[in-house]
Parts: sequence; C-alpha cells; structure tokens
Amino acid sequence: MSGATNGEGVRRRDFINIAAVSFAGVGGLAALYPLISQMAPSADVLAESSTEIDISAISPGQAIKAVWRKQPVFIRNLTPAEIAAADKVDVTTLRDPQTLEQRTTAGKTNWLITMGVCTHLGCVPLGAGEGEVKGEFGGYFCPCHGSVYDTAARIRKGPAPKNLEVPPHEFSSDTVVKIG
Amino acid sequence: MSFPWANEYKPTNPLMQWMDQRLPLPRFVYNAVGAGYPVPRNLNYMWNFGILAGFALVLQIVTGVVLAMHYAANDKVAFDSVEHIMRDVNWGWMLRYAHANGASMFFIVVYTHIFRGFFYSSYKAPREMIWLLGVVIFLLMMATAFMGYVLPWGQMSFWGAKVITGLFSAIPLIGTPLQQWLLGGFAPDNAALNRFFSLHFLLPFVILGVIILHVWALHIPGSSNPTGVEVKQESDTVPFHPYYTAKDGFGLGIFLMLYCALVFFAPNLLGHPDNYIPANPLSTPAHIVPEWYFWPFYAILRAFTSDFLFIPAKLMGVLAMFSAILVWFFLPWLDTGPVRSGHYRPLFRKFFYALVVDVLVLGYCGGAPAAEPYVMISQIAATYYFLHFLVILPIVSSIETPQPLPFSITEAVLGKDDHATLAPATPAVA
Repeated sequence: MSGATNGEGVRRRDFINIAAVSFAGVGGLAALYPLISQMAPSADVLAESSTEIDISAISPGQAIKAVWRKQPVFIRNLTPAEIAAADKVDVTTLRDPQTLEQRTTAGKTNWLITMGVCTHLGCVPLGAGEGEVKGEFGGYFCPCHGSVYDTAARIRKGPAPKNLEVPPHEFSSDTVVKIG
Repeated sequence: MSFPWANEYKPTNPLMQWMDQRLPLPRFVYNAVGAGYPVPRNLNYMWNFGILAGFALVLQIVTGVVLAMHYAANDKVAFDSVEHIMRDVNWGWMLRYAHANGASMFFIVVYTHIFRGFFYSSYKAPREMIWLLGVVIFLLMMATAFMGYVLPWGQMSFWGAKVITGLFSAIPLIGTPLQQWLLGGFAPDNAALNRFFSLHFLLPFVILGVIILHVWALHIPGSSNPTGVEVKQESDTVPFHPYYTAKDGFGLGIFLMLYCALVFFAPNLLGHPDNYIPANPLSTPAHIVPEWYFWPFYAILRAFTSDFLFIPAKLMGVLAMFSAILVWFFLPWLDTGPVRSGHYRPLFRKFFYALVVDVLVLGYCGGAPAAEPYVMISQIAATYYFLHFLVILPIVSSIETPQPLPFSITEAVLGKDDHATLAPATPAVA
C-alpha cells in the first residue's frame, strides 16, 4: 500500500505545494537581484576610471592634486631629503609595513602617487597644497580625526588603519602618468 | 485589548452609525486616542512626549513633501535648488527652516521620550515589545535624518555622506565593495544624492508604519505611569479624551513656542555655516561634525584611537558606535529589578542621573574638535556609558532594596483612605 492512501509519508499534494512554493521563492529571489545590483556603480561611473596627468611642471618638494574616480589624487615629487627620511624608517615598526620602493615605480622613486583620501573615514588630508600643514612626519595630516602620514604617505599616528592607497598607475612618458 | 470599564463607542449620528457598520475607523480612533482608551490618572508631563514625537513626524512629513515639490536631487543643481527655495519660492525660507529645525525638535522630543523610558523602566515586562519597536524607530530616524542632511549638497552634506558611508568600509573583506554599492560610485556623487533623496522620502512612512505597531503594542497592556504600579481598578484611570488630549494640548503649546522661537529667531543656530558652501570633493572642511543629535554617538566613534587586540581602531570605533544603540535592545533583560519606577529605586536613580550627565558630556565632546582633552574625556565617558548598561544596571537591579510601592495608582494620588479608594473592607450588608 502506498503512503498516499494510508495517510502517511509524502502525498502528491505535499509535493505540489513544496514545488510551487520553491519555484515562486526562487523566482522572487531572482527578481531581487536587479533591485540590488542597480545600486552598484553604473557604467558611466566605471568608465571614468582612467586619467592622464602631465607632471612636467612639478618640481622637487611640490605636489599637485589631480582627480581620479571623482576623488583627489596626490602626485608628489619627493626631495632627496624626503626619500632619505622615508628610507630611514624601520619598516617592521609601521602599522602598515611598506617601503617607499614598494609604493613607487622602480627608477622613479621620487614620484609618490597616492589617493588623497584618508584611510580612516575618507577626508582629504592636508599637505599637498602650498603652505598646508604636513604633520609631524612631513607628509600629510588629516584634520578630521588627526591621522598623520609620513613622506612615503604611510600611516604613522592616529586612527587610520592603512597607508594612503597607491592607485594603479604607469608612466606613459617621462612627463605623463596614467592613473587607473 | 482594553480594560473592561473602557467607554464604548456609541455613535448617535445616523451617518456615523452607517459608517461604523461598514468601516469602523472612527471606532478605532476612539479606542486608540479617544474616550475609549482608559489611561492611568497620574501621568505627569513626561508622558507628553510620545504624542509630541508623533506631531513632530507629521510636521516633518508635511513640510518635507512640499519642499520636495521644489527641490531637485541632482548634484549639478541640488545646492542651487535649495537656494531657490530660500530666496524665490513663496514662503520657501519658512518651510525649509521649519523642516530643518523640525528635525532638531523631533530629536529633542524623542531623546526625552527615551530617557523617560530609562527613568521609569518603561521597557520592563509586559512592555518589552513597545521598547524594541521604539529603538527601531530611533534607528530609522537616524538614517532618515542623515540622508536628509546630505540633500542640500553643501560641504557638510558631502563630507557627512563620505564619512558616514566610510564607516561601512571598516567592515573586513566586504567593507569597500559595500561602501561603493551604498554610494553607487567611488565617492558621493549624483547616484548617491538621488538614492538618498528617494530613501529620505520613503523612510518617514516606514517610521509611521512602525509607530502604528508601537502604539498597537502599547494598547495591549495600556500606558505605564510614574508609580510603575499597574492599573488595578476603574478609579486608577481616566479616559484619554478629554483628560490627556487636554494635557497633551498644553504640552504641544509649549513645544510650538520653542519650535517657533527656533524657526523665526535662530533658524541657523543648530546648523553649520559650512553647509552654505557648495560641495567640493577636493577640500574637506577644517572641522567636520554631524548635526548635534548625533554628537554622543560620534564621540564614541572617535574615542577609539589605537588598535585593540587584533581589531583595528577604525573597526572598533564603528562597532562601539552601533553597539551604543544596539545595547538598548537588551535593556529589558539587563535591568532585572522587579520595581519599575525610578521614584522607588534610590540607587538606580543616582546612576540614571549619572548616565544623563555622561551622555551630555559625550555630546559635548562629539561636537568638539578631535583633539585633547576631548578625546580622553570621550574615552572615559564612552567606557562609563557601556559600564552603565552592561555592568552597573544588572548589579544595581539585583542588589537594590526598593522603597515601598503604593498599593494602587489611586492610593498614590489620593492617599490611604480605604473608603475613598476601595470597596469597604467588610460588606455593609451581611
């Protein structure tokens, strides 16, 4: 005797119920995907993901602010003294251990290219503009919550967890750098 | 549910009788906030603030809907459209100031309402669900207020959006993608502004829905009262209307006087001048702080300056800030004392006032620059804040000897006169 006739086990009606609800459930979840995905960056926002910058006018000790992905990028021409100061630091003592060489292109270690976005909560640190406070380590200082970066834009003090991010970049020529 | 002696809705007008048989909406209102809702007779003015909060929400919805008729949620024109409202739209200046200061008044009222709950332990059984729903409303309010502040697209709007969405980037692994998903870009932009406007319009109606649940849950056990003694008899209550409609009306008058003083004489007192500068993604204002009603939580966020165990300082700050509110969800089970009202809990009362001072100190530090001595004060105050809820409250509620409670609300009001308050001890006729 089958389960369907003695009232035990899985009946035909149970199977239909479960199948129908599962099918509707999968359909409902699938319909959620576009609703969630529409919030992610759109194609035009992603398309702005590379920019070329002329760096010929930046003399040693100077820095400029460029814009990439609608966020500031600091391009800094380090002086030999600043490079020496960055190299002198014992990397193992850092919160986010990295050498200046790891953060710059080989042969162009004087060009420090970082995001101008504090890794704490995203403020723009000071130190790239003429006359701005550079903080006690001679790099950048974030006025929002007091994070201090050194001449290799590495976090040295304050709440930020990471060094200023180095965006992907390459030198198209000696005077032009492509970011992104 | 209501007490058996509640007045029954009996319409005499034939039209209302016709209506009552088909859609008993007037009956529903009568039972919810009319003569059909029996309320303890001893409520003090601290019990005005629920109605006042509801009024503030209606105020925000009305002014907000009309502002949305003139505002344009596009990063190119949002700032100008707000200036257009201020300068060109008929009465636009008043509507915008009414909306901006209405938010502040809403938070003043809600904070008072919450601290009323703390003092009188309104969260205790059988009213836990009212409390939990209230915390949900508060979280929704915070989200709504934050997104509303972004809409003018001034400097504070932009950097507020950046910093607050930056909180999510502290979450390990998924943080940065999550932040980009929330913003629809790599930094606050047109996509973020548009969705914030959409949600800022939607959430108040979600709040309205949760308020309906909050009031529904309230009507199951009925309102609490300053003695914390439950209603026992008919003489303990009076009908909501006209007794408390009148009392709430008086409170509403005071509320409106304060509100109008703000709107008409100091409309920018609680705002930040920097928000009258258009958003500039390349320059952070020197001193960014949220609106005043977020200061205590902002102070807790900034109190964490060094890594703790393996958790980075940034993540700790974010976790602590959210925990500061989430801990309220556990309050009904952290405070295990049998007595509700702070009036009868001498030890609890002292710590309640300490908590009030602590939150005020946190608020002051949250509005101050991120420098010493404010960071250290925030650290001490934030530690005390969590100690209060997680350590002090459970200990106090278990060791405290409460003072004797009155037998009933009637006794608390009229004194111990059995003939006046209760049926005679022995039957008059044998």
